[in-house]
Parts: sequence; C-alpha cells; structure tokens
Amino acid sequence: MGVAHTEAEQAERFRLLAREQLPRLYGIARKLVGREAEDAVQDCLLKAFQKLGQLNDESAAPAWLASILVNCCRDRGRNKGRRPEELNFEDVEEFSLYRKIAYEDPFPYSDSLHLDFLEEFTAEDVRSVLMRLAELYRVPLVLVYMEGFLVREVAEILEAPVGTVLARLHRGRKLFEKQMWSYAADHGLLREAAR
Amino acid sequence: MISCSEAVRQLWEYLDGLVGELEHASIEAHLARCRRCCGELEFAKELRGTLERASEVDVPDAVLRRLTQTLEDLEP
Repeated sequence: MGVAHTEAEQAERFRLLAREQLPRLYGIARKLVGREAEDAVQDCLLKAFQKLGQLNDESAAPAWLASILVNCCRDRGRNKGRRPEELNFEDVEEFSLYRKIAYEDPFPYSDSLHLDFLEEFTAEDVRSVLMRLAELYRVPLVLVYMEGFLVREVAEILEAPVGTVLARLHRGRKLFEKQMWSYAADHGLLREAAR
Repeated sequence: MISCSEAVRQLWEYLDGLVGELEHASIEAHLARCRRCCGELEFAKELRGTLERASEVDVPDAVLRRLTQTLEDLEP
C-alpha cells in the first residue's frame, strides 16, 4: 500500500480506508447474502487486510474492497452447497411481467395497474425477491442495477468474460420478473383487500 | 420489422445501451409502431427504478460498532 511505511502505519491507513467503506460494504453484502451480511463483511475485512500489499493505489480501495467482498459472499454461497434451482429456460425467456400483470389484472379498479403492482413492494420485499434467485444471477443484477457497476467491472470482479456476465444479467432479469410475480402471489400483494 | 417478442427480449439491453447500432435501430423502429412494446419499455424503466430504490440499506448501529471493532483488532 502506497505511501505508508511501517506495518503499523499501513494498518492504520487500512483502518481509515475500510471504516469509510463499512456502510457501503454492508449494503452490498445485505443484498447478496441477506442475514449473513455482517459475517461476509468480517470475512472481507480480514481477507483484505491479509492482501494489503496488493493495493498499490489508495484511490482504488473502494473497488478493491467491493471485489473482495463479492467473492467472500460467493464463497459463503458455495460453502453452503447452494445450487441454482432447476429451471425451464424456455419458460423464463418467454416470461414478461408486464404482460402477466395486464393479463391477470390483479387490481381491476386501477387505472395504473403496472405502477400499482410495483408500489406494493417495499425495499425489503424487493431484496427478498432477489434472495430467491440463484447467486449466479443475483450477483450481476445487484452489482449493475443497484450498485452502479459497469458490466466490464463486474466481469473483472467475477473473473468471467463480459459475454458471460451479459448472459447472466439477461437471464437474471427474466428470473427477477418471474419471482416478483411469485413473491407477490405468495405474500398476498395481489389481493385487492390488501391495498 | 422485428417481432414483439424479439423487441421485448432486448428491451433492458436497449435501455442499458448494450445493443449494437443495427439492433438499436430495429428496436426504435418497432417501438415507433407498437404501443404495447412502448408499455413494456416504460415498465422496464419503472422496474429498474424499483431495484435502484431498494438499494439503500441502513446499517444497524450495533453492526457498525462490531465491524469497526474488527478493524481496530487487526494486527500487522
């Protein structure tokens, strides 16, 4: 790590950099591993501290920490032996939440049906929907659409080709739409009486 | 002209600026004539907004204290 000289100075510099990033890191982890977020951030801090010598440019610290965190979150998923659910990709590919809402018409007296559907979801509901997706799809969706990473940056973090990330994003969006509907049905968000 | 299902399949990529020039022009031409796909496009924008708005997460004070303590306890 750049200008700090002694190990103690480097450690102190790291503490300062990492402390500033704690809310952001926790936010990312919450969306990737839910209730295990705190543990994932702990893993990340320990791992980052061990790899401190790899950080040559302090301005890159936020992206570097996020990258380590994402991989700690993925490790947690792998260690638990979570596997992507079996999917019929043809069904997923053809699914359109927009059409599903129009066809099912859950709020017959609404003149802004699609917006009313989305308004039923709290931020916590949306994060719960994301947690229903396999990690393979959840990670790029969260990083691109919630954290503002570029596809190229996500590819670097995941050490995957850009085309692979794009394909996962595409399928992830479809799965997200499908799970939004299932979640709404499972949690009573489609009942007129619930509104 | 591309079909509705082709246009819908590429709508998010279109919004993200990830389609090539040809695909972009095909989608624009389709949207200019298809009201339903315009509805799909507006909904895709709203759905992205819903994701963005759900990104804010508050860190509980106790969690922040424990994580800060972890940093304090790190030793070279």
